[in-house]
Amino acid sequence: MALLQIAEPGQSAAPHQHRIAVGIDLGTTHSLVAATRSGSIDVLPDAAGRVLLPSVVRYGPQGVVAVGEEALEAAASDAKNTIVSVKRLMGRGVQDIAAHSTPYDIVQDGAHAMVSLNTSAGPRSPVEVSADILRALHLRAREAFGLGAADDLAGAVITVPAYFDDAQRQATKDAARLAGLEVLRLINEPTAAALAYGLDSGAEGLYAVFDLGGGTFDLSVLRLSRGVFEVVATGGDTALGGDDFDHALAQHWLGSWGLGHDFSGLSSSERRRLLRLARQQKERLTELQALEVIHADWVRDNGSAHVASISREAFDRMTAALIQRTLAVSERVLDDAGIQPSALMGVVLVGGSTRMPGLRLAVEKAFGQAPITGLDPDRVVAIGAALQANLLAGNRAEGEDWLLLDVLPLSLGLETMGGLAEKIIPRNTPIPVARAQEFTTFKDGQTAMSIHVVQGERELVAECRSLAQFELRGIPPLSAGAARIRVSFQVDADGLLSVTAKEQSTGVEASVTVKPSYGLTDAQIADMLQAGFSSAEQDMQARALREAQVDAQRMLEAVASAVAQDGDLLSAHERAEIDQVMDQLRTTCGGTDREELLARTKRLAGLTDDFAARRMDRAVQRALAGQTIDGVLDNAAR
Amino acid sequence: MITASGDAAPTAARDHFSLFGLPVRFALDAEALERAWRAVQAAVHPDRFVAGTDAQRLLALQYSTRINEAHQTLRDPLRRAAYLCELNGVEIEAERNTAMPEEFLLQQMEWRESLEDCAAAGDVRGLSQLGQEVDSAMAETVLLLEHLLDRGQPDFDRAAAEVRRMMFLVKFGEQVHQEQKRIERGTAANR
Repeated sequence: MALLQIAEPGQSAAPHQHRIAVGIDLGTTHSLVAATRSGSIDVLPDAAGRVLLPSVVRYGPQGVVAVGEEALEAAASDAKNTIVSVKRLMGRGVQDIAAHSTPYDIVQDGAHAMVSLNTSAGPRSPVEVSADILRALHLRAREAFGLGAADDLAGAVITVPAYFDDAQRQATKDAARLAGLEVLRLINEPTAAALAYGLDSGAEGLYAVFDLGGGTFDLSVLRLSRGVFEVVATGGDTALGGDDFDHALAQHWLGSWGLGHDFSGLSSSERRRLLRLARQQKERLTELQALEVIHADWVRDNGSAHVASISREAFDRMTAALIQRTLAVSERVLDDAGIQPSALMGVVLVGGSTRMPGLRLAVEKAFGQAPITGLDPDRVVAIGAALQANLLAGNRAEGEDWLLLDVLPLSLGLETMGGLAEKIIPRNTPIPVARAQEFTTFKDGQTAMSIHVVQGERELVAECRSLAQFELRGIPPLSAGAARIRVSFQVDADGLLSVTAKEQSTGVEASVTVKPSYGLTDAQIADMLQAGFSSAEQDMQARALREAQVDAQRMLEAVASAVAQDGDLLSAHERAEIDQVMDQLRTTCGGTDREELLARTKRLAGLTDDFAARRMDRAVQRALAGQTIDGVLDNAAR
Repeated sequence: MITASGDAAPTAARDHFSLFGLPVRFALDAEALERAWRAVQAAVHPDRFVAGTDAQRLLALQYSTRINEAHQTLRDPLRRAAYLCELNGVEIEAERNTAMPEEFLLQQMEWRESLEDCAAAGDVRGLSQLGQEVDSAMAETVLLLEHLLDRGQPDFDRAAAEVRRMMFLVKFGEQVHQEQKRIERGTAANR
């Protein structure tokens, strides 16, 4: 692979090694990891050559944690301790999942409304279960690249459904942290798919990505032009996926056997076996003619058997309502984008569930064109994520560059009087985005204020998703209405929200206590990470020193590269001072004094802050000056 | 502190228009705005600084946010006009300036009645006609705004009044559209 010596702000100008970065598709039914190996993108297999890792975790006896096929084997016999489709529980509260009957022993997690599952290994949050899946993929990647204990991956790009809300995204990022992965970026599954298809190299224009996975559905409209992937609108249903088609089929069988229309009369292992059978038969139907009927046995715990029969034609009929739901969402998204289906250059199908012939036909009819299906729908998202990971890690090959511009999938709002939600940032606003809102006190001498942030399109707070409660404290005691508190909301490039607040008349920063409604606090995560290090005190210190050295090294490389490119933005005096501090830092890097290392890294950072801003301004100027019709990205890289 | 020569004012100090190298006026080359937005985002987006220092990453977030804000403001004629007024010291303050000319209020009432009638009767054609009337009223306002803001001596006070009126039009247009969608969906479900 011809590696470019990248001369771009923020990236090292020094010739460097290929940095290993992976793309991970953390799916409802299975997960994958992909990476660039010897110049080409590969989905990484396990030792047995399998690339799909079932997203199943079993907390077995004696604290043995099994992930993947092995856990899946036990899903029917040990349903309570074997967690499947955990993605559906991410960032969710108890009341959200009550509707979806699950075999787990669900407990409410203390002060939070977050779900926790009682397993033989003790309570496990969905974040921890997802972390176990990510850990298995992390390990797979480390083995594939033969990384030693001291080597780290440069990081990972992890995909999430476009329609994931803030709580679900935060939960995913937390899971990655627990699994020891540095998250380079969370990107949306449809965007990753568009990238994998290389849609940017084809005809310019609008494309739709129709993504039906195991447990989630979303449709995104993207505008592609000269290397820029711009999401125009997105929408979906995070509780609609292939699993629901399995449910529909299983319920049909139960009805036909006179066993009722839900699973209440079944043991959890009977239920698992039935759903597994439904999934297998559904997949078999894909290869068959419409009227061909297939049969299989479902055996109950007491040994009695029922014959499960189905044809594609019957299956299509009983799942028509589910397909209709995907089309209704699609229509709304096209409406948000302000376009008709005929304006689309293509419709890309992503997700294993889009293999269903009935679904493909329905999509073709609704969009008035045959969908694009060239790549394996199970792998396409992981491949796109790996491409992005490679780009973000700075391993770009010559002539290869693109930019992903995404949007906020669901409106962000605040609770106002009467339980109403007031929208602060509407959905489909390009990210990153920030908005500020002013609040005032309604009582004399009021020093605290509670703010409730919600996400969703409904007018009532109760019908939106609660993201966080903020307690503003330290407001100066003034007469009612005199204090002006400016609350700023920032959504970053991962689609994650942060909030800051400041009292305007006195300039006092009000402290913000974040209580995520359905997530882990930073302290909880730190505790979990701590518990994970079984190593001795000495190892911890060694690790801390190594981290400080890596940070210092990164800082030195970044500044050296910046000075090499834009040294003319510095006065001779500034330049000399920076050179001197860099020399000192280099010397310290070889030693073992962590405190000194941290202090000097900080000093260099402080010294170059303003320089960094000047360089940004220059980058903006250059982008504009060099902007020609086809030069958008060429310029940015110059 | 030495400011570099040759470079324009820092991004933070510039208005939305000059941020994209566009003239400060209401009439806009939409294509040029889109091109400039993508070009500048490509230079400052956080994805470009993943390996950078904390300061660089924070700057990238701030710049990228600022550029999106400017883009969102300029691409929408209503927000663009409001921004121009505010740049010139005339606040829109829609909440405090609710007084409207009688003629406009009468027109509003007439439209509202018409919307209710059409919605109740499921009159798709009536709604679509109403939608067109609102659209052409908005197009007229945009022309008027261009006249008030770009020709000769700009009249920001009058422009601000037009902006407030157009806010009503936009809101009403959305309601008409929602009704249309509601009836369409109802028809589809009954089919």
